[in-house]
Amino acid sequence: MSLHEVTTEAGTIELNGVDIYFGEGKSRVRALDGIDLRVERGELVSVLGPSGCGKSTIIGAIAGFTPISGGDLRVDAQRVTAPGPDRGVVFQQHALFPWKTVLANVEFGLKMRGVSKRERRETAREILVHIGLGEFVDHFPHQLSGGMQQRVALARVLVNRPRVLLMDEPFCALDAQTRLQMQQMLLSLWDELHMTVVFVTHDVDEAVFLSDRVIVLTQRPARVKAEFAVTLPRPRTPAVLTSPEFTALKRQTLELLLEERKIVAA
Amino acid sequence: MKQSLASTLPNDTTTPVAREVTRALSERGTPRIPWRALSGFAVGFTSLALWLVLWELASRYEWELLFRFENIPAPSEVFVAVGELLGTPKFGAHVVNSIRRVFIGFSIASVLAVGAGLLIGRFRLASQALLPPLEVLRPIPAVAWIPIAILLFASAEHSMVFITFIGAFFPALLNTIHGVETLDRRLVSASISLGAGPFAVFREVILPGALPSIVTGLSIGMGTSWFSLVTAEMISGQFGIGYYTWEAYTLQQYPHIVLGMISIGILGMGSSFLVKWSGRRFMPWFEPNTSTR
Repeated sequence: MSLHEVTTEAGTIELNGVDIYFGEGKSRVRALDGIDLRVERGELVSVLGPSGCGKSTIIGAIAGFTPISGGDLRVDAQRVTAPGPDRGVVFQQHALFPWKTVLANVEFGLKMRGVSKRERRETAREILVHIGLGEFVDHFPHQLSGGMQQRVALARVLVNRPRVLLMDEPFCALDAQTRLQMQQMLLSLWDELHMTVVFVTHDVDEAVFLSDRVIVLTQRPARVKAEFAVTLPRPRTPAVLTSPEFTALKRQTLELLLEERKIVAA
Repeated sequence: MKQSLASTLPNDTTTPVAREVTRALSERGTPRIPWRALSGFAVGFTSLALWLVLWELASRYEWELLFRFENIPAPSEVFVAVGELLGTPKFGAHVVNSIRRVFIGFSIASVLAVGAGLLIGRFRLASQALLPPLEVLRPIPAVAWIPIAILLFASAEHSMVFITFIGAFFPALLNTIHGVETLDRRLVSASISLGAGPFAVFREVILPGALPSIVTGLSIGMGTSWFSLVTAEMISGQFGIGYYTWEAYTLQQYPHIVLGMISIGILGMGSSFLVKWSGRRFMPWFEPNTSTR
Protein backbone atom coordinates (compact mmCIF):
# COMPACT_ATOMS: atom_id res chain seq x y z
CA MET A 1 0.00 0.00 0.00
CA SER A 2 1.52 3.28 -1.04
CA LEU A 3 0.64 6.73 0.14
CA HIS A 4 -0.73 7.63 -3.26
CA GLU A 5 -2.67 4.46 -3.90
CA VAL A 6 -5.15 5.14 -1.14
CA THR A 7 -7.49 7.78 -2.42
CA THR A 8 -9.68 9.37 0.15
CA GLU A 9 -11.94 12.23 -0.69
CA ALA A 10 -11.16 15.43 1.15
CA GLY A 11 -13.82 16.40 3.65
CA THR A 12 -16.04 19.42 4.10
CA ILE A 13 -16.29 21.04 7.51
CA GLU A 14 -19.35 22.93 8.69
CA LEU A 15 -19.67 24.87 11.91
CA ASN A 16 -23.07 26.45 12.51
CA GLY A 17 -23.38 28.69 15.56
CA VAL A 18 -20.87 26.67 17.56
CA ASP A 19 -20.60 27.69 21.22
CA ILE A 20 -18.06 26.29 23.63
CA TYR A 21 -17.94 26.97 27.35
CA PHE A 22 -15.20 25.85 29.69
CA GLY A 23 -15.54 25.26 33.42
CA GLU A 24 -18.64 25.38 35.56
CA GLY A 25 -20.53 27.79 37.81
CA LYS A 26 -18.71 31.06 38.47
CA SER A 27 -15.55 30.05 36.64
CA ARG A 28 -17.54 29.27 33.48
CA VAL A 29 -15.82 30.90 30.52
CA ARG A 30 -17.14 31.29 27.01
CA ALA A 31 -14.44 30.33 24.52
CA LEU A 32 -16.38 30.27 21.25
CA ASP A 33 -19.42 32.45 20.54
CA GLY A 34 -21.58 31.26 17.68
CA ILE A 35 -18.86 30.38 15.19
CA ASP A 36 -20.12 29.96 11.63
CA LEU A 37 -17.55 28.48 9.30
CA ARG A 38 -17.65 26.35 6.21
CA VAL A 39 -14.50 24.81 4.76
CA GLU A 40 -14.85 23.31 1.32
CA ARG A 41 -13.45 20.03 0.07
CA GLY A 42 -9.69 20.39 -0.46
CA GLU A 43 -9.57 23.98 0.75
CA LEU A 44 -6.70 25.33 2.87
CA VAL A 45 -8.11 27.77 5.40
CA SER A 46 -6.16 29.65 8.07
CA VAL A 47 -7.70 30.75 11.32
CA LEU A 48 -5.99 33.84 12.64
CA GLY A 49 -6.63 35.66 15.86
CA PRO A 50 -5.13 37.39 18.89
CA SER A 51 -3.36 35.01 21.25
CA GLY A 52 -5.62 33.34 23.77
CA CYS A 53 -8.73 34.04 21.71
CA GLY A 54 -9.77 30.42 21.33
CA LYS A 55 -8.30 29.57 17.93
CA SER A 56 -7.03 26.23 19.19
CA THR A 57 -10.44 25.48 20.67
CA ILE A 58 -11.83 25.36 17.13
CA ILE A 59 -9.24 22.72 16.22
CA GLY A 60 -10.04 20.78 19.41
CA ALA A 61 -13.73 20.84 18.54
CA ILE A 62 -13.31 19.66 14.94
CA ALA A 63 -10.86 16.99 16.09
CA GLY A 64 -13.45 15.78 18.59
CA PHE A 65 -11.37 16.40 21.72
CA THR A 66 -13.52 19.26 22.99
CA PRO A 67 -17.29 18.74 23.10
CA ILE A 68 -19.30 21.69 21.82
CA SER A 69 -21.81 23.35 24.14
CA GLY A 70 -24.18 24.52 21.45
CA GLY A 71 -24.69 24.72 17.70
CA ASP A 72 -23.81 22.14 15.11
CA LEU A 73 -20.45 20.80 13.94
CA ARG A 74 -20.21 18.40 11.04
CA VAL A 75 -17.49 16.86 8.91
CA ASP A 76 -18.91 15.45 5.66
CA ALA A 77 -22.40 15.91 7.05
CA GLN A 78 -21.57 13.63 9.99
CA ARG A 79 -21.91 15.21 13.43
CA VAL A 80 -18.54 15.16 15.24
CA THR A 81 -18.75 13.28 18.54
CA ALA A 82 -15.29 11.77 19.09
CA PRO A 83 -11.73 11.90 17.75
CA GLY A 84 -10.96 9.72 14.75
CA PRO A 85 -8.26 9.02 12.16
CA ASP A 86 -10.27 10.74 9.41
CA ARG A 87 -9.25 14.02 11.05
CA GLY A 88 -5.50 14.24 11.57
CA VAL A 89 -4.17 16.65 14.19
CA VAL A 90 -0.70 18.18 14.34
CA PHE A 91 -0.10 19.85 17.68
CA GLN A 92 1.85 22.98 18.52
CA GLN A 93 4.50 21.04 20.42
CA HIS A 94 4.97 17.67 18.81
CA ALA A 95 3.08 14.88 20.58
CA LEU A 96 5.20 12.03 19.25
CA PHE A 97 5.49 8.93 21.42
CA PRO A 98 8.96 9.29 23.02
CA TRP A 99 9.28 5.51 23.42
CA LYS A 100 8.69 4.74 19.77
CA THR A 101 11.20 5.20 16.98
CA VAL A 102 10.42 7.59 14.16
CA LEU A 103 9.27 4.66 12.03
CA ALA A 104 7.09 3.17 14.79
CA ASN A 105 5.51 6.58 15.41
CA VAL A 106 4.56 6.92 11.76
CA GLU A 107 3.34 3.32 11.64
CA PHE A 108 1.00 3.84 14.56
CA GLY A 109 -2.17 4.72 12.67
CA LEU A 110 -1.79 1.74 10.33
CA LYS A 111 -1.13 -0.57 13.27
CA MET A 112 -4.38 0.61 14.84
CA ARG A 113 -6.14 -0.25 11.58
CA GLY A 114 -4.73 -3.78 11.66
CA VAL A 115 -2.43 -3.38 8.65
CA SER A 116 0.20 -6.14 8.55
CA LYS A 117 3.61 -5.34 9.95
CA ARG A 118 5.44 -5.62 6.67
CA GLU A 119 2.98 -3.46 4.81
CA ARG A 120 2.85 -0.69 7.38
CA ARG A 121 6.65 -0.63 7.63
CA GLU A 122 6.84 -0.12 3.90
CA THR A 123 4.24 2.65 3.81
CA ALA A 124 5.74 4.49 6.79
CA ARG A 125 9.24 4.23 5.37
CA GLU A 126 8.06 5.51 2.03
CA ILE A 127 6.45 8.61 3.45
CA LEU A 128 9.49 9.29 5.66
CA VAL A 129 11.82 9.04 2.69
CA HIS A 130 9.46 11.32 0.81
CA ILE A 131 9.75 14.08 3.41
CA GLY A 132 13.49 13.66 3.69
CA LEU A 133 13.75 11.64 6.90
CA GLY A 134 14.77 8.33 5.37
CA GLU A 135 18.00 8.22 7.36
CA PHE A 136 16.27 8.86 10.67
CA VAL A 137 13.72 6.02 10.78
CA ASP A 138 15.43 4.31 13.72
CA HIS A 139 15.99 7.46 15.77
CA PHE A 140 13.91 8.36 18.79
CA PRO A 141 12.02 11.67 18.67
CA HIS A 142 14.26 13.35 21.25
CA GLN A 143 17.24 12.84 18.97
CA LEU A 144 15.72 15.05 16.25
CA SER A 145 15.56 18.81 15.79
CA GLY A 146 12.26 20.66 16.23
CA GLY A 147 11.64 20.88 12.50
CA MET A 148 12.31 17.20 12.00
CA GLN A 149 10.00 16.33 14.90
CA GLN A 150 7.15 18.28 13.30
CA ARG A 151 7.82 16.57 9.99
CA VAL A 152 7.47 13.19 11.72
CA ALA A 153 4.26 14.41 13.39
CA LEU A 154 2.91 15.37 9.97
CA ALA A 155 3.94 12.02 8.47
CA ARG A 156 2.29 10.15 11.36
CA VAL A 157 -1.01 11.86 10.56
CA LEU A 158 -0.76 11.67 6.76
CA VAL A 159 -0.15 7.93 6.80
CA ASN A 160 -3.82 7.63 7.79
CA ARG A 161 -4.79 9.62 4.67
CA PRO A 162 -7.12 11.90 6.66
CA ARG A 163 -9.95 13.71 4.92
CA VAL A 164 -9.18 16.71 7.08
CA LEU A 165 -5.82 17.92 8.39
CA LEU A 166 -6.00 20.09 11.51
CA MET A 167 -2.89 22.05 12.38
CA ASP A 168 -2.62 23.95 15.65
CA GLU A 169 0.21 26.50 15.33
CA PRO A 170 2.47 23.65 14.22
CA PHE A 171 5.46 25.73 13.15
CA CYS A 172 5.39 28.55 15.70
CA ALA A 173 8.23 27.12 17.81
CA LEU A 174 10.58 26.84 14.82
CA ASP A 175 13.11 29.39 13.61
CA ALA A 176 12.13 31.55 10.63
CA GLN A 177 14.11 29.58 8.05
CA THR A 178 12.91 26.16 9.14
CA ARG A 179 9.38 27.53 9.34
CA LEU A 180 9.48 28.63 5.72
CA GLN A 181 10.78 25.20 4.68
CA MET A 182 7.98 23.53 6.60
CA GLN A 183 5.37 25.81 5.02
CA GLN A 184 6.65 24.92 1.56
CA MET A 185 6.62 21.24 2.44
CA LEU A 186 3.04 21.50 3.67
CA LEU A 187 1.95 23.23 0.46
CA SER A 188 3.66 20.58 -1.60
CA LEU A 189 2.04 17.72 0.35
CA TRP A 190 -1.33 19.41 0.18
CA ASP A 191 -0.93 19.77 -3.57
CA GLU A 192 -0.20 16.05 -3.85
CA LEU A 193 -2.77 14.68 -1.45
CA HIS A 194 -5.64 17.20 -1.79
CA MET A 195 -6.88 17.03 1.78
CA THR A 196 -8.85 19.80 3.47
CA VAL A 197 -6.61 21.79 5.83
CA VAL A 198 -7.52 24.03 8.76
CA PHE A 199 -4.42 25.87 9.90
CA VAL A 200 -4.48 27.85 13.13
CA THR A 201 -1.79 30.49 13.55
CA HIS A 202 -1.06 33.91 15.01
CA ASP A 203 1.46 34.66 12.24
CA VAL A 204 -0.06 36.88 9.55
CA ASP A 205 2.61 36.07 6.93
CA GLU A 206 2.07 32.37 7.46
CA ALA A 207 -1.71 32.66 7.15
CA VAL A 208 -1.57 34.67 3.93
CA PHE A 209 1.25 32.64 2.35
CA LEU A 210 -0.46 29.28 2.86
CA SER A 211 -4.16 29.84 2.53
CA ASP A 212 -6.99 29.98 0.08
CA ARG A 213 -8.95 31.86 2.68
CA VAL A 214 -8.15 33.57 6.00
CA ILE A 215 -10.60 33.73 8.89
CA VAL A 216 -9.91 36.44 11.46
CA LEU A 217 -11.32 35.90 14.92
CA THR A 218 -12.20 38.42 17.63
CA GLN A 219 -10.87 38.48 21.17
CA ARG A 220 -12.32 35.91 23.56
CA PRO A 221 -15.06 34.82 23.31
CA ALA A 222 -14.08 34.19 19.70
CA ARG A 223 -16.43 35.21 16.93
CA VAL A 224 -15.67 35.39 13.22
CA LYS A 225 -14.62 39.03 12.74
CA ALA A 226 -13.81 38.91 9.06
CA GLU A 227 -12.84 36.52 6.33
CA PHE A 228 -11.29 37.08 2.93
CA ALA A 229 -9.99 35.03 0.04
CA VAL A 230 -6.28 35.03 -0.74
CA THR A 231 -6.13 35.46 -4.48
CA LEU A 232 -2.38 34.96 -4.88
CA PRO A 233 -1.60 32.45 -7.64
CA ARG A 234 -0.45 28.91 -6.90
CA PRO A 235 1.95 27.23 -6.65
CA ARG A 236 3.33 29.73 -4.17
CA THR A 237 7.04 30.22 -3.73
CA PRO A 238 8.87 32.39 -1.21
CA ALA A 239 9.05 35.03 -3.96
CA VAL A 240 5.34 35.69 -3.29
CA LEU A 241 6.28 36.98 0.15
CA THR A 242 7.70 40.18 -1.31
CA SER A 243 5.05 40.81 -3.98
CA PRO A 244 2.83 43.93 -3.72
CA GLU A 245 -0.31 41.76 -3.65
CA PHE A 246 1.04 39.88 -0.65
CA THR A 247 1.93 43.11 1.14
CA ALA A 248 -1.53 44.53 0.49
CA LEU A 249 -3.22 41.45 1.92
CA LYS A 250 -0.87 41.48 4.89
CA ARG A 251 -1.66 45.13 5.62
CA GLN A 252 -5.39 44.45 5.43
CA THR A 253 -5.04 41.54 7.85
CA LEU A 254 -2.83 43.42 10.28
CA GLU A 255 -5.35 46.27 10.38
CA LEU A 256 -8.10 43.84 11.33
CA LEU A 257 -5.96 42.41 14.11
CA LEU A 258 -4.87 45.81 15.40
CA GLU A 259 -8.48 46.95 15.47
CA GLU A 260 -9.26 43.98 17.65
CA ARG A 261 -6.46 44.90 20.04
CA LYS A 262 -7.75 48.50 20.26
CA ILE A 263 -11.23 47.33 21.14
CA VAL A 264 -9.78 45.46 24.10
CA ALA A 265 -7.59 48.39 25.15
CA ALA A 266 -10.48 50.87 25.00
CA MET B 1 5.49 8.80 -6.91
CA LYS B 2 6.07 12.37 -7.86
CA GLN B 3 9.41 14.02 -7.41
CA SER B 4 10.43 13.45 -3.83
CA LEU B 5 10.20 16.30 -1.37
CA ALA B 6 13.44 15.11 0.15
CA SER B 7 15.47 16.95 -2.45
CA THR B 8 13.94 20.26 -1.45
CA LEU B 9 14.57 19.79 2.25
CA PRO B 10 17.98 19.92 3.83
CA ASN B 11 18.24 17.46 6.66
CA ASP B 12 18.82 19.97 9.40
CA THR B 13 22.36 18.71 9.87
CA THR B 14 23.26 22.22 10.96
CA THR B 15 21.23 22.04 14.14
CA PRO B 16 23.10 21.13 17.34
CA VAL B 17 20.94 18.07 17.91
CA ALA B 18 21.50 16.67 14.43
CA ARG B 19 25.22 17.35 14.69
CA GLU B 20 25.30 15.53 18.01
CA VAL B 21 23.50 12.55 16.47
CA THR B 22 25.87 12.44 13.53
CA ARG B 23 28.86 12.64 15.84
CA ALA B 24 27.56 9.87 18.08
CA LEU B 25 26.89 7.66 15.06
CA SER B 26 30.34 8.14 13.58
CA GLU B 27 31.98 7.47 16.93
CA ARG B 28 30.15 4.22 17.47
CA GLY B 29 32.55 1.31 17.35
CA THR B 30 35.68 3.16 18.40
CA PRO B 31 36.70 1.84 21.83
CA ARG B 32 37.14 4.54 24.43
CA ILE B 33 38.26 4.29 28.02
CA PRO B 34 35.30 5.37 30.18
CA TRP B 35 37.28 7.71 32.43
CA ARG B 36 34.18 9.27 33.93
CA ALA B 37 32.81 5.91 35.02
CA LEU B 38 36.18 4.75 36.28
CA SER B 39 36.81 7.84 38.40
CA GLY B 40 33.26 7.60 39.76
CA PHE B 41 33.96 4.01 40.74
CA ALA B 42 37.25 5.01 42.39
CA VAL B 43 35.54 7.69 44.48
CA GLY B 44 32.84 5.25 45.60
CA PHE B 45 35.39 2.60 46.48
CA THR B 46 37.59 5.00 48.46
CA SER B 47 34.60 6.31 50.33
CA LEU B 48 33.56 2.79 51.30
CA ALA B 49 37.11 1.95 52.43
CA LEU B 50 37.34 5.10 54.55
CA TRP B 51 34.08 4.29 56.31
CA LEU B 52 35.41 0.80 57.08
CA VAL B 53 38.64 2.23 58.52
CA LEU B 54 36.68 4.70 60.62
CA TRP B 55 34.45 1.91 61.93
CA GLU B 56 37.48 -0.30 62.70
CA LEU B 57 39.13 2.49 64.66
CA ALA B 58 35.93 3.34 66.50
CA SER B 59 35.35 -0.22 67.70
CA ARG B 60 38.98 -1.01 68.43
CA TYR B 61 39.50 2.09 70.56
CA GLU B 62 35.95 1.90 71.91
CA TRP B 63 35.03 5.46 71.07
CA GLU B 64 32.44 6.99 73.32
CA LEU B 65 31.06 10.05 71.67
CA LEU B 66 27.35 10.29 71.25
CA PHE B 67 27.19 6.55 70.67
CA ARG B 68 29.15 3.80 72.34
CA PHE B 69 31.25 1.61 70.13
CA GLU B 70 32.24 -0.55 73.11
CA ASN B 71 30.14 -3.55 72.10
CA ILE B 72 30.08 -2.98 68.37
CA PRO B 73 32.14 -5.61 66.58
CA ALA B 74 34.95 -4.24 64.44
CA PRO B 75 35.12 -5.00 60.69
CA SER B 76 38.03 -7.35 61.38
CA GLU B 77 35.83 -9.41 63.74
CA VAL B 78 33.08 -9.47 61.14
CA PHE B 79 35.57 -10.75 58.59
CA VAL B 80 36.39 -13.58 60.95
CA ALA B 81 32.68 -14.39 61.12
CA VAL B 82 32.52 -14.30 57.33
CA GLY B 83 35.37 -16.79 57.20
CA GLU B 84 33.63 -19.11 59.67
CA LEU B 85 30.34 -18.94 57.88
CA LEU B 86 31.51 -19.23 54.32
CA GLY B 87 33.21 -22.48 55.28
CA THR B 88 29.85 -24.07 56.05
CA PRO B 89 27.11 -24.86 53.50
CA LYS B 90 24.71 -23.07 55.84
CA PHE B 91 25.40 -19.61 54.51
CA GLY B 92 24.45 -20.60 50.99
CA ALA B 93 21.19 -22.06 52.30
CA HIS B 94 20.46 -18.83 54.19
CA VAL B 95 21.03 -16.71 51.12
CA VAL B 96 19.15 -18.97 48.71
CA ASN B 97 16.09 -19.17 50.98
CA SER B 98 15.98 -15.42 51.43
CA ILE B 99 16.42 -14.69 47.74
CA ARG B 100 13.60 -17.10 46.94
CA ARG B 101 11.21 -15.47 49.42
CA VAL B 102 12.00 -11.95 48.29
CA PHE B 103 11.81 -12.94 44.65
CA ILE B 104 8.37 -14.55 44.98
CA GLY B 105 6.96 -11.78 47.19
CA PHE B 106 8.38 -9.12 44.92
CA SER B 107 7.08 -10.75 41.73
CA ILE B 108 3.53 -11.09 43.02
CA ALA B 109 3.65 -7.54 44.36
CA SER B 110 4.93 -6.20 41.02
CA VAL B 111 2.15 -7.75 38.98
CA LEU B 112 -0.62 -6.68 41.37
CA ALA B 113 0.78 -3.21 42.09
CA VAL B 114 1.42 -2.33 38.45
CA GLY B 115 -2.00 -3.66 37.42
CA ALA B 116 -3.84 -1.83 40.20
CA GLY B 117 -1.73 1.30 39.70
CA LEU B 118 -2.54 1.51 35.98
CA LEU B 119 -6.26 1.14 36.70
CA ILE B 120 -6.24 3.63 39.57
CA GLY B 121 -4.25 6.14 37.55
CA ARG B 122 -6.50 5.87 34.51
CA PHE B 123 -10.02 5.34 35.81
CA ARG B 124 -11.78 7.50 38.37
CA LEU B 125 -14.00 4.64 39.52
CA ALA B 126 -10.97 2.42 40.17
CA SER B 127 -9.30 5.18 42.13
CA GLN B 128 -12.45 5.84 44.18
CA ALA B 129 -12.96 2.16 44.92
CA LEU B 130 -9.40 0.96 45.49
CA LEU B 131 -7.44 3.90 46.82
CA PRO B 132 -9.11 4.46 50.24
CA PRO B 133 -8.58 0.89 51.53
CA LEU B 134 -5.05 0.82 50.16
CA GLU B 135 -4.23 4.15 51.80
CA VAL B 136 -5.38 2.72 55.14
CA LEU B 137 -3.17 -0.35 54.73
CA ARG B 138 -0.14 1.55 53.50
CA PRO B 139 1.18 3.02 56.77
CA ILE B 140 1.01 -0.32 58.58
CA PRO B 141 4.59 -1.54 59.13
CA ALA B 142 5.63 -5.05 58.16
CA VAL B 143 6.07 -6.07 61.83
CA ALA B 144 2.43 -5.34 62.54
CA TRP B 145 1.40 -7.72 59.77
CA ILE B 146 3.09 -10.73 61.40
CA PRO B 147 0.11 -12.06 63.41
CA ILE B 148 -2.25 -11.60 60.46
CA ALA B 149 0.26 -13.22 58.13
CA ILE B 150 0.43 -16.24 60.42
CA LEU B 151 -3.36 -16.46 60.65
CA LEU B 152 -3.87 -15.99 56.92
CA PHE B 153 -1.61 -18.77 55.73
CA ALA B 154 -1.30 -22.36 56.80
CA SER B 155 2.38 -22.55 55.99
CA ALA B 156 5.04 -20.38 57.60
CA GLU B 157 6.76 -20.14 54.24
CA HIS B 158 3.70 -18.47 52.73
CA SER B 159 3.45 -16.09 55.67
CA MET B 160 7.04 -14.99 55.13
CA VAL B 161 6.52 -14.47 51.42
CA PHE B 162 3.44 -12.44 52.29
CA ILE B 163 5.52 -10.06 54.43
CA THR B 164 8.06 -9.49 51.65
CA PHE B 165 5.08 -8.94 49.34
CA ILE B 166 3.77 -6.21 51.65
CA GLY B 167 7.20 -4.61 51.61
CA ALA B 168 7.36 -4.40 47.84
CA PHE B 169 3.72 -3.61 47.06
CA PHE B 170 3.19 0.00 48.08
CA PRO B 171 6.21 1.72 46.52
CA ALA B 172 5.46 -0.07 43.25
CA LEU B 173 1.78 0.90 43.46
CA LEU B 174 2.33 4.58 44.26
CA ASN B 175 4.96 5.06 41.58
CA THR B 176 2.79 3.39 38.96
CA ILE B 177 -0.14 5.67 39.82
CA HIS B 178 2.19 8.66 39.69
CA GLY B 179 3.53 7.56 36.32
CA VAL B 180 0.05 7.34 34.81
CA GLU B 181 -1.11 10.62 36.36
CA THR B 182 1.87 12.63 35.12
CA LEU B 183 1.73 11.22 31.60
CA ASP B 184 1.37 13.91 28.91
CA ARG B 185 -2.39 13.94 28.17
CA ARG B 186 -1.73 14.99 24.59
CA LEU B 187 -0.12 11.63 23.91
CA VAL B 188 -3.37 9.93 24.91
CA SER B 189 -5.36 12.38 22.77
CA ALA B 190 -3.00 11.87 19.84
CA SER B 191 -3.30 8.09 20.03
CA ILE B 192 -7.12 8.21 20.11
CA SER B 193 -7.10 10.62 17.21
CA LEU B 194 -4.88 8.20 15.27
CA GLY B 195 -7.46 5.46 15.76
CA ALA B 196 -6.46 3.74 19.01
CA GLY B 197 -9.24 1.99 20.95
CA PRO B 198 -9.33 1.87 24.78
CA PHE B 199 -7.21 -1.27 24.98
CA ALA B 200 -4.64 0.02 22.50
CA VAL B 201 -4.37 3.29 24.44
CA PHE B 202 -3.46 1.23 27.49
CA ARG B 203 -0.95 -0.99 25.74
CA GLU B 204 0.62 1.58 23.42
CA VAL B 205 0.54 4.75 25.51
CA ILE B 206 -0.33 4.39 29.20
CA LEU B 207 1.95 1.45 29.96
CA PRO B 208 5.07 2.60 28.10
CA GLY B 209 4.47 6.19 29.23
CA ALA B 210 4.34 5.16 32.88
CA LEU B 211 7.26 2.74 32.50
CA PRO B 212 10.01 5.03 33.85
CA SER B 213 8.00 5.57 37.04
CA ILE B 214 7.12 1.89 37.22
CA VAL B 215 10.78 0.91 37.04
CA THR B 216 11.61 3.40 39.80
CA GLY B 217 8.77 1.98 41.88
CA LEU B 218 9.90 -1.61 41.31
CA SER B 219 13.47 -0.73 42.19
CA ILE B 220 12.36 0.94 45.44
CA GLY B 221 9.96 -1.96 46.05
CA MET B 222 12.81 -4.41 45.64
CA GLY B 223 14.71 -2.52 48.32
CA THR B 224 11.77 -2.37 50.73
CA SER B 225 11.10 -6.04 50.15
CA TRP B 226 14.58 -6.84 51.50
CA PHE B 227 13.90 -4.25 54.17
CA SER B 228 11.03 -6.38 55.45
CA LEU B 229 12.95 -9.65 55.21
CA VAL B 230 14.18 -9.77 58.82
CA THR B 231 10.61 -9.15 59.92
CA ALA B 232 9.36 -11.91 57.66
CA GLU B 233 11.93 -14.42 58.82
CA MET B 234 11.21 -13.68 62.47
CA ILE B 235 8.09 -15.75 61.90
CA SER B 236 9.95 -19.03 61.96
CA GLY B 237 12.25 -21.19 60.00
CA GLN B 238 15.78 -22.45 60.10
CA PHE B 239 17.12 -20.70 57.06
CA GLY B 240 17.17 -17.21 55.67
CA ILE B 241 19.55 -14.34 56.08
CA GLY B 242 16.98 -12.40 58.09
CA TYR B 243 16.45 -15.37 60.36
CA TYR B 244 20.23 -15.68 60.70
CA THR B 245 20.48 -12.03 61.81
CA TRP B 246 17.62 -12.37 64.27
CA GLU B 247 19.08 -15.58 65.70
CA ALA B 248 22.50 -13.98 66.08
CA TYR B 249 20.82 -11.24 68.13
CA THR B 250 19.07 -13.70 70.45
CA LEU B 251 22.36 -15.61 70.85
CA GLN B 252 24.31 -12.36 71.27
CA GLN B 253 26.72 -13.17 68.46
CA TYR B 254 27.39 -9.59 67.55
CA PRO B 255 29.73 -10.06 64.57
CA HIS B 256 27.10 -12.32 63.03
CA ILE B 257 24.43 -9.63 63.40
CA VAL B 258 26.60 -7.23 61.49
CA LEU B 259 27.36 -9.86 58.89
CA GLY B 260 23.63 -10.52 58.45
CA MET B 261 22.96 -6.82 58.12
CA ILE B 262 25.67 -6.33 55.52
CA SER B 263 24.52 -9.38 53.57
CA ILE B 264 20.98 -8.00 53.39
CA GLY B 265 22.38 -4.64 52.34
CA ILE B 266 24.45 -6.10 49.54
CA LEU B 267 21.70 -8.43 48.33
CA GLY B 268 19.18 -5.58 48.40
CA MET B 269 21.48 -3.22 46.57
CA GLY B 270 22.35 -5.84 43.97
CA SER B 271 18.77 -6.79 43.23
CA SER B 272 17.60 -3.17 43.08
CA PHE B 273 20.38 -2.50 40.62
CA LEU B 274 19.27 -5.51 38.60
CA VAL B 275 15.73 -4.14 38.42
CA LYS B 276 16.95 -0.71 37.31
CA TRP B 277 19.34 -2.22 34.82
CA SER B 278 16.74 -4.43 33.17
CA GLY B 279 14.38 -1.45 33.19
CA ARG B 280 16.88 0.58 31.22
CA ARG B 281 17.19 -2.25 28.71
CA PHE B 282 13.45 -2.02 28.13
CA MET B 283 13.63 1.74 27.67
CA PRO B 284 16.40 2.64 25.25
CA TRP B 285 14.52 5.87 24.60
CA PHE B 286 14.57 7.03 28.22
CA GLU B 287 17.00 9.77 29.18
CA PRO B 288 17.04 10.61 32.87
CA ASN B 289 17.96 14.21 33.52
CA THR B 290 21.38 14.27 35.14
CA SER B 291 22.57 17.57 33.78
CA THR B 292 22.25 19.33 37.14
CA ARG B 293 25.08 17.26 38.61
